[in-house]
Amino acid sequence: MKTPTEAQARAAAHSTAAPTPFQRKHLLGLEDLTREEVLRILDEARGMKDIFTRTVKKVPALRGKTVANLFFENSTRTRTSFELAAKRLSADVINFSAAGSSVSKGESLIDTVRTIEAMGADFVVMRHSASGAPHLLSRNVKSAVINAGDGTHEHPTQGLLDMFTMREKLGRLEGLKVAIVGDILHSRVARSNIWGLRKLGVGELRLVGPRTLLPKWFESMGCQLHYNLEEGIRGVDVINILRIQLERQSENLFPSIREYQVLYGLTTKRIAAACPDALIMHPGPINRGVEISQEVADGPQSVINEQVTNGVAIRMAVLYLLSGYRGGPLSEDE
Amino acid sequence: MSEPRELMNKEQMDKAIAELAERIDRDVAEPGATALVGIRTRGVPLASRLRKIYALTREWNLPLGHLDITLYRDDLSTLGSQPMVRESRIEFPVDGKTIILVDDVLYTGRTVRSAIDAILDFGRPRAIRLAVLVDRGLREYPIQPDYCALKIETRPNQTVQVLFPQVDGRQQVLLLTLDEGEAPEPA
Repeated sequence: MKTPTEAQARAAAHSTAAPTPFQRKHLLGLEDLTREEVLRILDEARGMKDIFTRTVKKVPALRGKTVANLFFENSTRTRTSFELAAKRLSADVINFSAAGSSVSKGESLIDTVRTIEAMGADFVVMRHSASGAPHLLSRNVKSAVINAGDGTHEHPTQGLLDMFTMREKLGRLEGLKVAIVGDILHSRVARSNIWGLRKLGVGELRLVGPRTLLPKWFESMGCQLHYNLEEGIRGVDVINILRIQLERQSENLFPSIREYQVLYGLTTKRIAAACPDALIMHPGPINRGVEISQEVADGPQSVINEQVTNGVAIRMAVLYLLSGYRGGPLSEDE
Repeated sequence: MSEPRELMNKEQMDKAIAELAERIDRDVAEPGATALVGIRTRGVPLASRLRKIYALTREWNLPLGHLDITLYRDDLSTLGSQPMVRESRIEFPVDGKTIILVDDVLYTGRTVRSAIDAILDFGRPRAIRLAVLVDRGLREYPIQPDYCALKIETRPNQTVQVLFPQVDGRQQVLLLTLDEGEAPEPA
Protein backbone atom coordinates (compact mmCIF):
# COMPACT_ATOMS: atom_id res chain seq x y z
CA MET A 1 0.00 0.00 0.00
CA LYS A 2 1.15 3.52 -0.74
CA THR A 3 1.93 5.64 2.26
CA PRO A 4 -0.53 8.36 3.24
CA THR A 5 2.14 11.00 2.84
CA GLU A 6 2.25 10.19 -0.87
CA ALA A 7 -1.50 10.48 -1.04
CA GLN A 8 -1.36 13.79 0.76
CA ALA A 9 1.32 15.09 -1.58
CA ARG A 10 -0.80 14.14 -4.56
CA ALA A 11 -3.87 15.77 -3.06
CA ALA A 12 -1.85 18.91 -2.40
CA ALA A 13 -1.02 19.13 -6.09
CA HIS A 14 -4.73 19.45 -6.89
CA SER A 15 -7.35 22.00 -5.94
CA THR A 16 -7.04 21.14 -2.28
CA ALA A 17 -3.56 22.71 -2.12
CA ALA A 18 -3.12 24.91 0.91
CA PRO A 19 -3.30 28.56 -0.17
CA THR A 20 -0.51 31.05 0.50
CA PRO A 21 -1.03 32.05 4.13
CA PHE A 22 -2.06 35.68 4.39
CA GLN A 23 -0.82 37.16 7.67
CA ARG A 24 -1.13 40.93 7.42
CA LYS A 25 -2.83 43.20 9.85
CA HIS A 26 -3.16 46.23 7.57
CA LEU A 27 -3.42 46.92 3.86
CA LEU A 28 -1.44 50.10 3.31
CA GLY A 29 -0.20 49.69 -0.24
CA LEU A 30 0.70 47.19 -2.92
CA GLU A 31 4.36 48.14 -2.64
CA ASP A 32 4.57 46.24 0.68
CA LEU A 33 2.90 43.03 -0.53
CA THR A 34 4.62 40.01 -2.04
CA ARG A 35 3.63 38.66 -5.43
CA GLU A 36 1.99 35.66 -3.68
CA GLU A 37 -0.05 37.90 -1.40
CA VAL A 38 -1.34 39.95 -4.34
CA LEU A 39 -2.31 36.73 -6.15
CA ARG A 40 -4.03 35.41 -3.04
CA ILE A 41 -6.25 38.53 -2.87
CA LEU A 42 -7.10 38.24 -6.58
CA ASP A 43 -7.95 34.53 -6.23
CA GLU A 44 -10.02 35.15 -3.14
CA ALA A 45 -12.03 37.86 -4.91
CA ARG A 46 -13.19 35.30 -7.46
CA GLY A 47 -14.94 33.32 -4.73
CA MET A 48 -16.44 36.54 -3.37
CA LYS A 49 -17.81 37.66 -6.75
CA ASP A 50 -19.67 34.39 -6.93
CA ILE A 51 -21.88 35.56 -4.04
CA PHE A 52 -23.32 38.41 -6.15
CA THR A 53 -25.43 36.05 -8.24
CA ARG A 54 -27.23 34.43 -5.30
CA THR A 55 -30.72 35.16 -4.06
CA VAL A 56 -29.23 36.24 -0.72
CA LYS A 57 -26.13 38.29 -1.49
CA LYS A 58 -24.70 38.00 1.99
CA VAL A 59 -22.51 35.53 3.86
CA PRO A 60 -21.92 35.34 7.62
CA ALA A 61 -18.08 35.43 7.56
CA LEU A 62 -17.57 38.77 9.38
CA ARG A 63 -20.59 38.63 11.66
CA GLY A 64 -19.95 40.65 14.80
CA LYS A 65 -17.10 42.70 13.29
CA THR A 66 -17.32 46.45 12.78
CA VAL A 67 -15.88 48.42 9.86
CA ALA A 68 -15.47 52.20 10.21
CA ASN A 69 -15.23 54.22 7.02
CA LEU A 70 -13.25 57.36 7.72
CA PHE A 71 -13.11 59.65 4.71
CA PHE A 72 -11.20 62.91 5.00
CA GLU A 73 -11.69 63.44 1.27
CA ASN A 74 -15.02 63.00 -0.45
CA SER A 75 -15.48 59.81 -2.37
CA THR A 76 -18.94 58.41 -2.70
CA ARG A 77 -18.01 55.46 -4.88
CA THR A 78 -15.10 54.08 -2.86
CA ARG A 79 -16.91 54.56 0.42
CA THR A 80 -20.07 52.91 -0.90
CA SER A 81 -18.05 50.05 -2.33
CA PHE A 82 -16.35 49.38 1.02
CA GLU A 83 -19.68 49.69 2.78
CA LEU A 84 -21.34 47.16 0.50
CA ALA A 85 -18.35 44.80 0.76
CA ALA A 86 -18.51 44.88 4.55
CA LYS A 87 -22.28 44.40 4.59
CA ARG A 88 -22.14 41.45 2.19
CA LEU A 89 -19.79 39.81 4.70
CA SER A 90 -22.29 40.62 7.52
CA ALA A 91 -20.07 43.20 9.27
CA ASP A 92 -21.56 46.36 10.80
CA VAL A 93 -20.53 49.63 9.17
CA ILE A 94 -20.17 53.12 10.56
CA ASN A 95 -19.40 56.08 8.30
CA PHE A 96 -17.48 59.14 9.35
CA SER A 97 -16.87 62.02 7.01
CA ALA A 98 -14.49 64.78 7.91
CA ALA A 99 -16.99 67.53 7.31
CA GLY A 100 -19.32 67.80 10.27
CA SER A 101 -17.19 65.60 12.52
CA SER A 102 -14.92 66.67 15.33
CA VAL A 103 -12.05 66.68 12.79
CA SER A 104 -13.28 70.08 11.67
CA LYS A 105 -13.15 71.13 15.33
CA GLY A 106 -9.41 70.51 15.42
CA GLU A 107 -9.19 66.93 16.70
CA SER A 108 -6.05 65.11 15.57
CA LEU A 109 -6.18 62.13 13.25
CA ILE A 110 -5.02 59.67 15.89
CA ASP A 111 -7.49 61.00 18.47
CA THR A 112 -10.33 60.67 15.98
CA VAL A 113 -9.44 57.07 15.27
CA ARG A 114 -8.99 56.24 18.96
CA THR A 115 -12.54 57.49 19.49
CA ILE A 116 -13.79 55.22 16.73
CA GLU A 117 -11.79 52.38 18.23
CA ALA A 118 -13.37 52.96 21.61
CA MET A 119 -16.69 52.26 19.89
CA GLY A 120 -15.32 48.87 18.94
CA ALA A 121 -14.21 49.19 15.29
CA ASP A 122 -12.13 46.25 14.10
CA PHE A 123 -11.28 47.85 10.74
CA VAL A 124 -10.67 51.46 9.84
CA VAL A 125 -10.97 52.21 6.13
CA MET A 126 -9.36 55.57 5.58
CA ARG A 127 -9.02 58.06 2.78
CA HIS A 128 -6.79 61.03 3.48
CA SER A 129 -5.23 63.81 1.42
CA ALA A 130 -1.83 63.30 3.06
CA SER A 131 0.40 60.59 1.64
CA GLY A 132 1.41 58.22 4.44
CA ALA A 133 -1.51 59.05 6.76
CA PRO A 134 -2.65 55.38 6.95
CA HIS A 135 0.90 54.32 7.83
CA LEU A 136 1.02 56.80 10.70
CA LEU A 137 -2.34 55.55 11.87
CA SER A 138 -1.37 51.87 11.66
CA ARG A 139 1.49 52.49 14.10
CA ASN A 140 -0.77 54.18 16.64
CA VAL A 141 -4.02 52.25 16.79
CA LYS A 142 -5.11 48.68 17.47
CA SER A 143 -7.62 48.38 14.61
CA ALA A 144 -6.65 47.02 11.21
CA VAL A 145 -6.11 49.94 8.80
CA ILE A 146 -7.10 49.76 5.14
CA ASN A 147 -5.83 52.50 2.87
CA ALA A 148 -8.65 53.76 0.65
CA GLY A 149 -6.37 56.33 -1.00
CA ASP A 150 -3.70 58.50 0.60
CA GLY A 151 -2.62 61.69 -1.16
CA THR A 152 -0.66 60.88 -4.30
CA HIS A 153 0.78 57.71 -2.76
CA GLU A 154 -1.41 54.61 -3.20
CA HIS A 155 -4.96 53.37 -3.63
CA PRO A 156 -4.33 49.65 -3.22
CA THR A 157 -7.88 48.31 -3.60
CA GLN A 158 -8.25 50.23 -6.88
CA GLY A 159 -5.00 48.73 -8.16
CA LEU A 160 -6.22 45.27 -7.14
CA LEU A 161 -9.61 45.62 -8.79
CA ASP A 162 -7.97 46.86 -11.99
CA MET A 163 -5.71 43.80 -12.04
CA PHE A 164 -8.63 41.51 -11.19
CA THR A 165 -10.60 42.95 -14.14
CA MET A 166 -7.69 42.55 -16.59
CA ARG A 167 -7.08 38.99 -15.43
CA GLU A 168 -10.76 38.09 -15.63
CA LYS A 169 -11.22 39.58 -19.10
CA LEU A 170 -7.93 38.52 -20.68
CA GLY A 171 -7.23 35.36 -18.69
CA ARG A 172 -3.77 36.37 -17.52
CA LEU A 173 -1.54 39.26 -16.52
CA GLU A 174 1.82 37.80 -17.54
CA GLY A 175 3.09 39.34 -20.74
CA LEU A 176 0.25 41.86 -21.18
CA LYS A 177 0.96 45.30 -22.59
CA VAL A 178 -0.73 47.89 -20.42
CA ALA A 179 -0.88 51.66 -20.96
CA ILE A 180 -1.86 54.05 -18.18
CA VAL A 181 -2.89 57.42 -19.64
CA GLY A 182 -3.31 60.76 -17.91
CA ASP A 183 -2.16 62.65 -14.84
CA ILE A 184 0.40 60.11 -13.65
CA LEU A 185 2.15 62.59 -11.35
CA HIS A 186 -0.79 63.04 -9.00
CA SER A 187 -2.27 59.58 -9.38
CA ARG A 188 -2.30 57.11 -6.49
CA VAL A 189 -4.25 54.80 -8.79
CA ALA A 190 -1.32 54.79 -11.23
CA ARG A 191 1.18 54.02 -8.47
CA SER A 192 -0.82 51.11 -7.08
CA ASN A 193 -1.27 49.76 -10.62
CA ILE A 194 2.45 50.05 -11.28
CA TRP A 195 3.48 48.24 -8.07
CA GLY A 196 0.93 45.48 -8.57
CA LEU A 197 1.37 44.93 -12.29
CA ARG A 198 5.17 44.86 -12.02
CA LYS A 199 4.92 42.19 -9.31
CA LEU A 200 2.63 40.04 -11.43
CA GLY A 201 4.95 40.07 -14.42
CA VAL A 202 3.09 42.28 -16.87
CA GLY A 203 4.97 42.40 -20.20
CA GLU A 204 5.12 46.13 -20.93
CA LEU A 205 3.94 48.93 -18.71
CA ARG A 206 3.63 52.26 -20.52
CA LEU A 207 2.79 55.57 -18.92
CA VAL A 208 1.33 58.17 -21.25
CA GLY A 209 0.76 61.85 -20.57
CA PRO A 210 2.08 65.39 -20.93
CA ARG A 211 5.64 65.97 -19.68
CA THR A 212 4.43 68.13 -16.80
CA LEU A 213 2.35 65.22 -15.47
CA LEU A 214 4.85 62.46 -16.21
CA PRO A 215 8.21 62.97 -14.51
CA LYS A 216 11.27 61.10 -15.75
CA TRP A 217 11.77 59.17 -12.50
CA PHE A 218 8.83 56.87 -13.23
CA GLU A 219 11.29 55.02 -15.49
CA SER A 220 12.95 53.73 -12.32
CA MET A 221 9.68 51.93 -11.47
CA GLY A 222 10.14 49.79 -14.58
CA CYS A 223 7.86 51.78 -16.89
CA GLN A 224 8.22 53.18 -20.41
CA LEU A 225 7.28 56.84 -20.72
CA HIS A 226 5.39 58.17 -23.73
CA TYR A 227 4.45 61.80 -24.30
CA ASN A 228 2.61 60.99 -27.51
CA LEU A 229 -0.72 59.21 -27.13
CA GLU A 230 -0.73 57.35 -30.48
CA GLU A 231 2.73 55.93 -29.80
CA GLY A 232 1.90 55.10 -26.20
CA ILE A 233 -1.18 53.03 -26.92
CA ARG A 234 0.02 51.30 -30.11
CA GLY A 235 -0.55 47.55 -29.82
CA VAL A 236 -1.50 47.51 -26.14
CA ASP A 237 -3.93 45.00 -24.58
CA VAL A 238 -5.27 47.38 -21.95
CA ILE A 239 -5.68 51.16 -21.66
CA ASN A 240 -6.29 52.36 -18.13
CA ILE A 241 -7.43 55.98 -18.43
CA LEU A 242 -7.01 58.26 -15.43
CA ARG A 243 -9.36 61.05 -14.55
CA ILE A 244 -8.11 64.53 -15.26
CA GLN A 245 -8.46 66.15 -11.89
CA LEU A 246 -10.22 69.36 -12.88
CA GLU A 247 -9.67 70.69 -9.38
CA ARG A 248 -5.91 70.74 -10.07
CA GLN A 249 -6.29 73.06 -13.06
CA SER A 250 -5.20 75.97 -10.85
CA GLU A 251 -1.67 74.52 -10.82
CA ASN A 252 -1.36 75.22 -14.57
CA LEU A 253 0.29 71.89 -15.42
CA PHE A 254 -1.29 71.89 -18.86
CA PRO A 255 -2.59 74.88 -20.79
CA SER A 256 -6.28 74.01 -20.98
CA ILE A 257 -8.80 71.18 -20.71
CA ARG A 258 -9.49 71.69 -24.39
CA GLU A 259 -5.84 71.18 -25.30
CA TYR A 260 -5.62 68.07 -23.10
CA GLN A 261 -8.68 66.64 -24.81
CA VAL A 262 -7.18 67.26 -28.26
CA LEU A 263 -3.81 65.70 -27.39
CA TYR A 264 -4.71 62.94 -24.91
CA GLY A 265 -8.47 62.35 -25.10
CA LEU A 266 -9.27 58.71 -25.99
CA THR A 267 -11.57 58.55 -29.00
CA THR A 268 -12.86 55.58 -31.02
CA LYS A 269 -10.81 56.76 -33.99
CA ARG A 270 -7.56 56.78 -32.05
CA ILE A 271 -8.23 53.40 -30.46
CA ALA A 272 -9.26 51.84 -33.79
CA ALA A 273 -5.98 52.98 -35.31
CA ALA A 274 -3.63 52.00 -32.49
CA CYS A 275 -5.12 49.05 -30.59
CA PRO A 276 -8.57 48.04 -31.87
CA ASP A 277 -9.04 45.20 -29.36
CA ALA A 278 -7.75 46.89 -26.23
CA LEU A 279 -9.71 46.69 -23.00
CA ILE A 280 -10.80 50.18 -21.90
CA MET A 281 -10.64 50.89 -18.18
CA HIS A 282 -11.19 53.96 -16.04
CA PRO A 283 -11.28 54.19 -12.23
CA GLY A 284 -14.07 56.79 -12.38
CA PRO A 285 -15.62 59.22 -11.99
CA ILE A 286 -15.22 59.90 -15.70
CA ASN A 287 -15.14 63.31 -17.37
CA ARG A 288 -16.98 62.49 -20.57
CA GLY A 289 -15.54 64.36 -23.51
CA VAL A 290 -12.27 65.19 -21.71
CA GLU A 291 -10.01 62.18 -21.10
CA ILE A 292 -12.49 59.77 -22.69
CA SER A 293 -15.12 60.27 -25.39
CA GLN A 294 -18.75 59.34 -24.95
CA GLU A 295 -18.46 56.51 -27.52
CA VAL A 296 -15.38 54.98 -25.90
CA ALA A 297 -16.85 55.12 -22.40
CA ASP A 298 -20.03 53.35 -23.50
CA GLY A 299 -18.41 51.20 -26.19
CA PRO A 300 -18.15 47.43 -26.36
CA GLN A 301 -14.55 47.33 -25.11
CA SER A 302 -15.28 49.42 -22.04
CA VAL A 303 -15.30 47.49 -18.75
CA ILE A 304 -15.79 50.57 -16.58
CA ASN A 305 -19.00 49.29 -14.97
CA GLU A 306 -17.55 45.85 -14.37
CA GLN A 307 -14.66 47.50 -12.56
CA VAL A 308 -17.21 48.87 -10.10
CA THR A 309 -18.70 45.40 -9.52
CA ASN A 310 -15.25 43.87 -9.15
CA GLY A 311 -14.31 46.56 -6.65
CA VAL A 312 -16.85 45.18 -4.19
CA ALA A 313 -15.44 41.64 -4.61
CA ILE A 314 -11.85 42.84 -4.09
CA ARG A 315 -12.79 44.77 -0.96
CA MET A 316 -14.61 41.73 0.41
CA ALA A 317 -11.49 39.64 -0.23
CA VAL A 318 -9.31 42.21 1.58
CA LEU A 319 -11.61 42.40 4.62
CA TYR A 320 -11.88 38.63 4.76
CA LEU A 321 -8.12 38.04 4.53
CA LEU A 322 -7.17 40.76 7.03
CA SER A 323 -9.68 39.37 9.52
CA GLY A 324 -7.54 36.23 9.63
CA TYR A 325 -4.60 38.10 11.15
CA ARG A 326 -3.35 36.33 14.29
CA GLY A 327 -0.16 38.25 15.01
CA GLY A 328 2.16 36.56 12.53
CA PRO A 329 5.76 37.55 11.75
CA LEU A 330 4.81 39.76 8.79
CA SER A 331 2.83 42.26 10.81
CA GLU A 332 3.96 45.84 10.44
CA ASP A 333 3.50 46.69 14.08
CA GLU A 334 5.80 44.12 15.67
CA MET B 1 1.34 8.43 12.30
CA SER B 2 0.81 4.69 12.43
CA GLU B 3 0.15 2.58 9.34
CA PRO B 4 -3.21 3.53 7.74
CA ARG B 5 -5.92 0.90 7.67
CA GLU B 6 -7.82 0.36 4.45
CA LEU B 7 -11.58 0.58 4.95
CA MET B 8 -12.47 0.17 1.28
CA ASN B 9 -10.47 -0.68 -1.80
CA LYS B 10 -11.35 0.51 -5.30
CA GLU B 11 -13.92 -2.23 -5.98
CA GLN B 12 -15.55 -1.93 -2.56
CA MET B 13 -15.83 1.82 -3.02
CA ASP B 14 -17.46 1.37 -6.46
CA LYS B 15 -19.95 -1.01 -4.89
CA ALA B 16 -20.63 1.32 -1.94
CA ILE B 17 -21.31 4.26 -4.26
CA ALA B 18 -23.65 2.12 -6.39
CA GLU B 19 -25.54 1.04 -3.26
CA LEU B 20 -25.75 4.64 -2.07
CA ALA B 21 -27.25 5.60 -5.45
CA GLU B 22 -29.72 2.74 -5.14
CA ARG B 23 -30.85 3.82 -1.69
CA ILE B 24 -31.31 7.48 -2.70
CA ASP B 25 -33.15 6.35 -5.82
CA ARG B 26 -35.98 4.82 -3.80
CA ASP B 27 -36.78 8.26 -2.41
CA VAL B 28 -36.49 10.23 -5.63
CA ALA B 29 -40.15 10.54 -6.49
CA GLU B 30 -39.71 13.23 -9.12
CA PRO B 31 -36.36 13.28 -10.93
CA GLY B 32 -37.31 16.62 -12.46
CA ALA B 33 -37.51 18.24 -9.03
CA THR B 34 -34.34 16.71 -7.57
CA ALA B 35 -30.77 18.03 -7.67
CA LEU B 36 -27.39 16.91 -6.37
CA VAL B 37 -25.10 19.31 -4.50
CA GLY B 38 -21.59 18.21 -3.54
CA ILE B 39 -19.69 19.89 -0.72
CA ARG B 40 -16.15 20.88 -1.71
CA THR B 41 -13.71 19.20 -1.94
CA ARG B 42 -14.54 15.50 -2.03
CA GLY B 43 -18.32 15.73 -1.92
CA VAL B 44 -18.00 17.02 -5.49
CA PRO B 45 -16.51 13.90 -7.14
CA LEU B 46 -18.93 11.74 -5.13
CA ALA B 47 -21.94 13.78 -6.29
CA SER B 48 -20.78 13.64 -9.90
CA ARG B 49 -20.40 9.84 -9.64
CA LEU B 50 -23.99 9.59 -8.38
CA ARG B 51 -25.15 11.77 -11.24
CA LYS B 52 -23.35 9.54 -13.74
CA ILE B 53 -24.97 6.41 -12.28
CA TYR B 54 -28.45 7.94 -12.63
CA ALA B 55 -27.70 9.10 -16.17
CA LEU B 56 -26.61 5.55 -17.18
CA THR B 57 -29.13 3.41 -15.33
CA ARG B 58 -32.22 5.63 -15.15
CA GLU B 59 -31.65 8.16 -17.91
CA TRP B 60 -32.17 10.90 -15.36
CA ASN B 61 -30.31 14.11 -15.92
CA LEU B 62 -30.11 15.51 -12.41
CA PRO B 63 -28.70 19.03 -12.07
CA LEU B 64 -25.36 19.03 -10.24
CA GLY B 65 -23.97 21.84 -8.13
CA HIS B 66 -21.05 22.31 -5.83
CA LEU B 67 -20.80 24.27 -2.68
CA ASP B 68 -17.89 25.94 -0.89
CA ILE B 69 -18.83 26.45 2.74
CA THR B 70 -15.76 28.45 3.86
CA LEU B 71 -17.60 31.73 4.49
CA TYR B 72 -20.24 29.89 6.55
CA ARG B 73 -17.81 28.13 8.91
CA ASP B 74 -18.35 28.78 12.62
CA ASP B 75 -14.61 28.67 13.38
CA LEU B 76 -13.33 31.40 11.03
CA SER B 77 -12.24 33.64 13.90
CA THR B 78 -10.21 30.86 15.54
CA LEU B 79 -8.32 29.42 12.56
CA GLY B 80 -4.63 30.22 12.12
CA SER B 81 -5.01 31.80 8.70
CA GLN B 82 -8.03 32.32 6.46
CA PRO B 83 -8.85 29.32 4.28
CA MET B 84 -9.22 29.94 0.56
CA VAL B 85 -12.75 30.76 -0.56
CA ARG B 86 -13.60 28.82 -3.69
CA GLU B 87 -16.50 29.26 -6.04
CA SER B 88 -19.87 27.70 -5.36
CA ARG B 89 -21.71 26.69 -8.49
CA ILE B 90 -25.43 26.17 -8.22
CA GLU B 91 -26.73 27.13 -11.64
CA PHE B 92 -30.27 25.88 -11.27
CA PRO B 93 -33.14 27.30 -9.24
CA VAL B 94 -33.12 25.75 -5.77
CA ASP B 95 -36.69 26.84 -5.00
CA GLY B 96 -39.06 23.92 -4.62
CA LYS B 97 -36.41 21.26 -5.34
CA THR B 98 -35.33 18.31 -3.25
CA ILE B 99 -31.62 18.82 -2.75
CA ILE B 100 -29.46 15.77 -2.13
CA LEU B 101 -26.52 17.22 -0.23
CA VAL B 102 -23.45 15.01 -0.77
CA ASP B 103 -20.24 14.76 1.25
CA ASP B 104 -17.57 12.10 1.60
CA VAL B 105 -17.32 11.89 5.40
CA LEU B 106 -19.75 12.95 8.12
CA TYR B 107 -17.96 13.83 11.38
CA THR B 108 -18.93 16.67 13.76
CA GLY B 109 -21.86 17.85 11.63
CA ARG B 110 -20.48 21.39 11.48
CA THR B 111 -19.75 21.29 7.75
CA VAL B 112 -23.29 20.10 7.02
CA ARG B 113 -24.75 22.84 9.24
CA SER B 114 -22.75 25.40 7.21
CA ALA B 115 -23.82 23.80 3.94
CA ILE B 116 -27.51 23.98 4.85
CA ASP B 117 -27.12 27.69 5.64
CA ALA B 118 -25.32 28.23 2.32
CA ILE B 119 -28.01 26.42 0.30
CA LEU B 120 -30.73 28.51 1.92
CA ASP B 121 -28.98 31.62 0.57
CA PHE B 122 -29.62 30.31 -2.95
CA GLY B 123 -33.33 29.86 -2.39
CA ARG B 124 -35.93 27.79 -0.57
CA PRO B 125 -35.72 24.09 -1.40
CA ARG B 126 -38.65 21.76 -0.76
CA ALA B 127 -36.35 19.45 1.19
CA ILE B 128 -32.67 18.81 1.85
CA ARG B 129 -31.43 15.22 2.26
CA LEU B 130 -27.95 14.26 3.34
CA ALA B 131 -25.96 11.50 1.60
CA VAL B 132 -22.46 10.50 2.78
CA LEU B 133 -20.08 7.70 1.97
CA VAL B 134 -18.73 7.29 5.52
CA ASP B 135 -20.31 8.25 8.84
CA ARG B 136 -17.50 8.22 11.37
CA GLY B 137 -19.60 9.24 14.39
CA LEU B 138 -18.49 11.81 17.03
CA ARG B 139 -21.23 14.28 16.14
CA GLU B 140 -21.25 17.70 17.84
CA TYR B 141 -24.45 18.98 16.23
CA PRO B 142 -27.78 17.15 15.95
CA ILE B 143 -27.36 16.15 12.30
CA GLN B 144 -27.81 12.63 10.88
CA PRO B 145 -27.40 11.29 7.35
CA ASP B 146 -30.41 10.15 5.34
CA TYR B 147 -28.23 7.87 3.23
CA CYS B 148 -24.88 6.42 4.25
CA ALA B 149 -22.76 3.63 2.76
CA LEU B 150 -20.50 2.87 5.74
CA LYS B 151 -20.94 3.62 9.42
CA ILE B 152 -17.91 3.15 11.68
CA GLU B 153 -16.82 4.05 15.19
CA THR B 154 -13.73 6.27 15.32
CA ARG B 155 -11.71 8.22 17.88
CA PRO B 156 -10.95 11.97 17.67
CA ASN B 157 -7.27 11.25 16.93
CA GLN B 158 -8.25 9.38 13.78
CA THR B 159 -8.96 10.66 10.27
CA VAL B 160 -11.01 9.06 7.54
CA GLN B 161 -9.66 9.80 4.07
CA VAL B 162 -11.77 9.18 1.00
CA LEU B 163 -9.63 9.31 -2.12
CA PHE B 164 -11.04 9.94 -5.59
CA PRO B 165 -9.18 9.51 -8.89
CA GLN B 166 -10.01 13.08 -10.03
CA VAL B 167 -8.49 14.63 -6.91
CA ASP B 168 -6.08 12.08 -5.49
CA GLY B 169 -5.09 9.92 -8.44
CA ARG B 170 -6.59 6.76 -6.91
CA GLN B 171 -9.73 5.45 -5.26
CA GLN B 172 -9.67 4.17 -1.70
CA VAL B 173 -10.98 4.82 1.83
CA LEU B 174 -8.36 4.94 4.59
CA LEU B 175 -8.48 5.22 8.37
CA LEU B 176 -5.45 7.07 9.70
CA THR B 177 -4.50 7.13 13.35
CA LEU B 178 -2.40 10.06 14.53
CA ASP B 179 0.15 9.53 17.27
CA GLU B 180 0.07 11.62 20.39
CA GLY B 181 1.20 15.19 19.71
CA GLU B 182 0.26 15.13 16.03
CA ALA B 183 -2.37 17.69 15.15
CA PRO B 184 -5.59 16.17 13.83
CA GLU B 185 -6.73 17.43 10.44
CA PRO B 186 -9.48 20.02 10.57
CA ALA B 187 -12.88 18.40 10.18
